[in-house]
Amino acid sequence: MIRFASLLEGLLFARGRTTVLALLRNYFETTPDPDRGFALAALAGRLDLPVVGAGLLRTLASARTDPELFATSYQYVGDLGETLALMWPAEGSGEAPRLSEIVSGLRDTAKADRPSRIAAWLDASPPAARLALLKLVTGGLRPGDMAGPARRALADMSRGHVTETQIEEIWPALSPPYEALFAWIERRATRPDTGGHAHFRPPMLANPLEDAELAALELADYVAEWKWDGLRVQLVGGADPRVLSGNGDDISASFPDLAGALNHGAVLDGELLVTRDGGVAPFADLQRRLGRRAPGRAVLERFPAHVRLFDILCDEGEDLRELPFASRRARLEAWFARVRPARADLSPLLAVSGPDQLRRLCAGTRAGGVEGLMLKRADSPYRAGRPPGLWWEYRGGPFNIDAVLMYAERGPGERGSFYSNVTFGVWDGEVLVPVGKAEPAEGVPIGIDLDGWVRQHTAARFGPVRDVVKSLVLDVAFDGVRRSPRHRSGITLRCPRIVRLRPDKLAAEAGRLAHLTNFLAGDDP
Amino acid sequence: MAHRGPAHPSTWLTVRPEGLYCEPGGFFIDPHRAVERAVVTHGHSDHARPGHAAVLATAETLAIMRARKAAPASGRALRYGETLAVGGVSVTLQPAGHVLGSAQIVLEHGGSRAVISGDYKRRADPTCAGFVPVPCDVFVTEATFALPVFRHPPPAAEIARLLGSLALFPDRRHVVACYALGKAQHLIALLRQGGWDGPIFLHRALQPLCELYGEFGVELGALRTIADLGLEGPGGIVLAPPAALDERWVRELGEPVLCAASGWLRLRKRALQSGAELPLIISDHADWNELLATAHDVGAPEIWVTHGREDALIHALGQRGIRGHALRLLGRGEEA
Repeated sequence: MIRFASLLEGLLFARGRTTVLALLRNYFETTPDPDRGFALAALAGRLDLPVVGAGLLRTLASARTDPELFATSYQYVGDLGETLALMWPAEGSGEAPRLSEIVSGLRDTAKADRPSRIAAWLDASPPAARLALLKLVTGGLRPGDMAGPARRALADMSRGHVTETQIEEIWPALSPPYEALFAWIERRATRPDTGGHAHFRPPMLANPLEDAELAALELADYVAEWKWDGLRVQLVGGADPRVLSGNGDDISASFPDLAGALNHGAVLDGELLVTRDGGVAPFADLQRRLGRRAPGRAVLERFPAHVRLFDILCDEGEDLRELPFASRRARLEAWFARVRPARADLSPLLAVSGPDQLRRLCAGTRAGGVEGLMLKRADSPYRAGRPPGLWWEYRGGPFNIDAVLMYAERGPGERGSFYSNVTFGVWDGEVLVPVGKAEPAEGVPIGIDLDGWVRQHTAARFGPVRDVVKSLVLDVAFDGVRRSPRHRSGITLRCPRIVRLRPDKLAAEAGRLAHLTNFLAGDDP
Repeated sequence: MAHRGPAHPSTWLTVRPEGLYCEPGGFFIDPHRAVERAVVTHGHSDHARPGHAAVLATAETLAIMRARKAAPASGRALRYGETLAVGGVSVTLQPAGHVLGSAQIVLEHGGSRAVISGDYKRRADPTCAGFVPVPCDVFVTEATFALPVFRHPPPAAEIARLLGSLALFPDRRHVVACYALGKAQHLIALLRQGGWDGPIFLHRALQPLCELYGEFGVELGALRTIADLGLEGPGGIVLAPPAALDERWVRELGEPVLCAASGWLRLRKRALQSGAELPLIISDHADWNELLATAHDVGAPEIWVTHGREDALIHALGQRGIRGHALRLLGRGEEA
């Protein structure tokens, strides 16, 4: 647990992907089974532990600490688990429990006995491990989405022997503590047998298409579809039916209403949506379903799940991925006509006549669950990852707005000593409201030195964040606008990037919020 | 006829706007503004203000004050353990273990004894003399980390984390943000103890005090300056004051690992605010356990608590039968 706790600390403070990957790889290389496997599961959000309520923290605090000292400390620290971990009376000089011991211990201990079991572990652990332990058992361990980086670190660890894609493929069939996976990576065994279990096919992704590139495309070679604003999923039928997310996580438990769409022997690619009255509900409705295990009946009725299918990867054991897209589409249509799965339909193909027609098509559909257009080469095989030149996504943009620089932070990785990560805003009446956060796009000449400007115009500092004089206008490109109740402006920009600095403009000339909320028109609030 | 028992320190040691004042001796202790006569515990700027007419302190503290442009018009040096009569008060300095020259002020008057701790720590630090507990009637203690959540880990374990990161990222410079007086030299000594024999590069703001430590016989080993960075291969440790991390030289280091060293980094929000990738919990102040152990060691029935979170400490002292009392002193900053 000490090693896992220090890994979590390292990941929490790490800036930049190379650091994250090095920390993960070092941990996996130097930690024995089965601890490293349980750690992998915890990082990927796949560690199922009996839930111990946050009430445990209060119980332990009142049993083992002075109430007045605890109250004063909690007020100062601001986090219940951290307060308890830090002021826990033992000095942690015993033998700290291993992660695997905690996992099996929690499973084997009756609910009523868990607090005393946890207290004994705390007694034997140093403070950092106590904090990780308390977060782990109360479900408060949120390492961010580490599944991807962890798989990448495992591929690095294999020194080219196993690729990230290969790990992704068998990921849904594996379970903690992943001993067979580690044995494969360390060349102690062959690829783990996935048996009859679901097998993940890493999805094929599209490259963004800028407006200027659209004209250069030989459109006759392409088929067009809407790009739906939902969650990419893979439906795996067969003996062990599953709904897998775009990164291979098994999300079947969250979508029991899709059982009727899985009653077949095919593997399908599509977009998970919430539909209502025949239309696509806003993305926010889908968010109400994500991450909710075993949703109740009211949620299932209010936010019904639906899959819009656009590809077929396997049919009754026959791998179709090498077929050209046009043939797969024909197979998909024939299969759909035959099987008629519930809660699913086909994403329609769109007629394409030329770039201008595509632009008009795109501009006319800023809402209704559509993010833009997909252009797929009719002869493209299904290739994992983002192969160049086969699939494109066209959002009709980018759009641009003049926004005012509001706050700045240091960037990640090698930009760590530059104030390059900035929050910008637009006018809502007389007030500037933040609408996004971005870094200057790679290789974009930005005229004046952004970092230098921030340093010379700092008005206040809040920890690592600098509040600057609100006078610098940025030309920000973005792909769309999304509702976001978490933000003061009520929206966020999709994929914003700073194209250039506009020191020639006055802050008062910057864009207005109403201009951005126009993009939401037609989108149900 | 007046009662002739010992004069309780509260009758001759009082709080004035300038700071703690010893009436029969006619001097302040660590006043936060310029005064005629001051006794100064150590050289940190919130204790050693510039502009005093006369200062009594250790020779090291006086030298530090000179180096930091805070020299008094006249300075009188006192060795640890040496006693000087000032007015009707005898003044003795005893080591506080905080930084080079740091002293507790032992005052005796009218048959009673008060000890003012200044800032102190109890753990061994090769760069300064270790804390000596002095039995007394009133102990005036610092309380920077006076909450039970502050229990500093062993410094050697924190240094091992830094060395572990250097092993994992051998090509990246590790830049440690630390204060010029005390923390920098403490870190260098800990690194030497931890077996680091690679280069340590100093920001120019840290050089004068490291040289001053050397003049007082504190061995810090071979040190380089950041001007030498260009001549050296990758990796290594750079020490710099926090304010210098905004300067251009940091941006020329490629992808440094930013580290910080402070007792405050025990708290996650503080550690995240610091912006450091590697927050090291290394402090020159007593932690919660040391504050309570010291209260026990000096055996004072009454403890006055200066800057810090005095409520928790006074509560815990009360549980141990010790009367705690908060001293409201102005002008105490928060350094670690």
